[in-house]
Amino acid sequence: MRELINGGQAIVRGAIHSGCNFFAGYPITPATDILLYMIRELPKVGGIAIQAEDEIASMGFCIGAAMTGKRVMTATSGPGISLYSENIGLAIMGEVPMVIVDVQRMGPATGGATTVAQGDIQFLRWGSSGGYPVIVLSPTSVAECYSLTCKAFDLAERFRIPVFLATDKETALTISTVDVEVFEIVPVRERQIASAQADFVPYRAIDPDEVPVFTPYGGAHILRFTTSTHDEYGQLTKSPEKVHKLNERLAAKVEMHSDEIAMVKTDMQPGAETLIISYGVTTKAVEEAILAAREMGRRVSSVTIHSLWPVPEKEIKAALSGVSKVIVPELNLGQYSLEVERLAPDGIEVVGIYKVDGEMISPNEILEQGGLK
Amino acid sequence: MSDQAVTTYLDEAQLPYFFCPGCGHGMITDHLNAALVSLQLDPHKVVVVTDIGCSGLADKYFTTNAFHGLHGRSVTYATGIKLANPELKVIVLMGDGSCGIGGHHVINAARRNIGVTVVVFNNFNYGMTGGEHSVTTPPGGFTSSTPFGQLEYPMDICQTVAVNGASFVARTTSFDKGLPDLLATAIQNDGFSLVDIWELCTAYYVPNNRFSKNLLENTLTSLNLSTGIIHQATRVEYSRAYRHSVAGEAGKAAMISRPILPKYQSDLDQRVGMIIAGAAGKKINSAAALFCRGAVLSGLWANQRNDYPVTVKSGHSVSEIILAAKEIGFSGITKPDVMLLLFKEGSMTVHSQLAALNEEDTLYINRDLLPVQTKAKLIPIDFTQTGRWANKKEYWTIIALSKFLSDTRIYPLEAFKEAVSAWSEFAEDNLAAIEAGEKLR
Repeated sequence: MRELINGGQAIVRGAIHSGCNFFAGYPITPATDILLYMIRELPKVGGIAIQAEDEIASMGFCIGAAMTGKRVMTATSGPGISLYSENIGLAIMGEVPMVIVDVQRMGPATGGATTVAQGDIQFLRWGSSGGYPVIVLSPTSVAECYSLTCKAFDLAERFRIPVFLATDKETALTISTVDVEVFEIVPVRERQIASAQADFVPYRAIDPDEVPVFTPYGGAHILRFTTSTHDEYGQLTKSPEKVHKLNERLAAKVEMHSDEIAMVKTDMQPGAETLIISYGVTTKAVEEAILAAREMGRRVSSVTIHSLWPVPEKEIKAALSGVSKVIVPELNLGQYSLEVERLAPDGIEVVGIYKVDGEMISPNEILEQGGLK
Repeated sequence: MSDQAVTTYLDEAQLPYFFCPGCGHGMITDHLNAALVSLQLDPHKVVVVTDIGCSGLADKYFTTNAFHGLHGRSVTYATGIKLANPELKVIVLMGDGSCGIGGHHVINAARRNIGVTVVVFNNFNYGMTGGEHSVTTPPGGFTSSTPFGQLEYPMDICQTVAVNGASFVARTTSFDKGLPDLLATAIQNDGFSLVDIWELCTAYYVPNNRFSKNLLENTLTSLNLSTGIIHQATRVEYSRAYRHSVAGEAGKAAMISRPILPKYQSDLDQRVGMIIAGAAGKKINSAAALFCRGAVLSGLWANQRNDYPVTVKSGHSVSEIILAAKEIGFSGITKPDVMLLLFKEGSMTVHSQLAALNEEDTLYINRDLLPVQTKAKLIPIDFTQTGRWANKKEYWTIIALSKFLSDTRIYPLEAFKEAVSAWSEFAEDNLAAIEAGEKLR
């Protein structure tokens, strides 16, 4: 069953499928469509969606609503992520389940509002003080805009953390013919709520990677939420032992579960000496380049990264084994290639294909600059 | 909640207060506790929201729910909480510093009349960071960052929110015996309420200015600021207003799927890249969208990528369309097979694709844009020959696409007509325009 829709619409459908019932955002090209769809569509499913006075308030509204038990999402672009930054840190510290869509446009600063880019990939990971981990997913198609939005909600519930969907102007706004029957349906994860009978301590965690159980404001328990370094009761603390335990856990709850988060798609060709690693909008060009290269008799493999952060190290390392060259095309000056370089054993040549002129990387550019012609 | 009356909302285990001796914060916290005791609210249904500054220490003393957030952003968290769960009583405690950094949020919360109560712990300087000046530091006031005296005029928080839609606004001092009642009234107010409480910072503002209770009261007089209830208005509280405004939407199907079932056939067996170069406001994108729907009705796969400047009704508007018999991967067009050059705004942004056209390609061009240098097969369109459409430029794209389909039969013209009938707001005119395009020679 075919439809003509764009990635933004698929994101909104994914959010509604996942039970999203609160959205706040601020207009910014090229993410505005998502805001407008949410404002019109969420009330139909009993949800709330409003335009806030700025990006800081958008995040604040979402965080407040999340702590009453709503499933929340917001959407913006790079300049908006800059303004989200302090509250991203707060959401990490307070352990707020939320989904943040970044429809990337060309930077720096206001840059090119209607221009495709992939320049926020390191920013999303490192864009809050302290450098604590977040989860970043990146769809390559309209269908994946749907399924990865669902997955983002799932992971936000699982880990009580902000989960980003890193998309871009091209993927979000290009209208594509899609077969909606092939959309992957992600089961909706029920929120675990603290039992009304048992004692409740808001940030109690026994294991070093434990995610504390949630309770909403207005529920059975009194909830203390805080953005400051806290003990398990949510009270400010400077006790090195408690501070260490908290900060280690905020990282460990994600990093110790990177296997659970890792999502990659591999297309390995036996005997291939060249590997192409890509993500997001650039992947479609890679797929066409690979077909063309193989037609010319080249042996080449590819890995598409759907979960950019935490870096799926095991999967990337496995794909790197046996190749002599890895090509990383991206619409920036070389960001994810830093991760690939870090993981590539000595002797493997890492070739970055970077583009920041506002156009997409074409299959032909990958063939030529990747030495595949 | 048990039937027994609550005698305090303060957590004995956290007492005594951590505030400096003589600081007004402890007095305000006591008064707020008294207000809560008088109201007998269920602590589970109360959220005390604070942010950064000494006032941000106050939430820990309450047995209610608490949210301690970022500097100046408390009102945004409170808004999210109230909007999501209107049965909660949401009380924001913020300092004068937060009123500065978060002033925008305070003003917009007042504009919405969101049902939260803002209690301002106003001691004219930043107590936590070392006594710097704030938006309420009185003229000439000495602070660590105004060692030569404050030059900026103090913000009247009360009037600021009053003129911007707040429904209850009051000003007083921490010495006011009536404060518990005033706070209780503010908390009971249905919409946005704010109580600006002037008080002493004994760590900084008092020693730096030889300030006192008397001088505090004199400052009120010299700035011509009244105390007590300053403003009251009847407005619908925002979270209720929102629910009322969207009530008619409940239960409607969201994000309705609009499948396009193929009814026609196309013989197209290779990928075709088309570029329509036009001008903003001339319905380039909407005509291209209808054209794509016609293609999908004919069993094809279609992609539409639009390019435009940030302006809406001026500048270029370009639609790139890919048609194919199978699913389309890469959505870029490095070299188009067909170009429709309709308006000069568009022609200025597509010169590289225009230059890339070769002998096998086709260029449909508005006759007015001739001459043009191209290797492509040139098909000029004379829009003056389109009868009543000659001056209706917003139909020219439909006309050009209709001519293209008539010439190439890339998919049946009937499919385009059906797409227009099913999905266009201006179906009748668009159908007539298609017919005009068909007749063009």
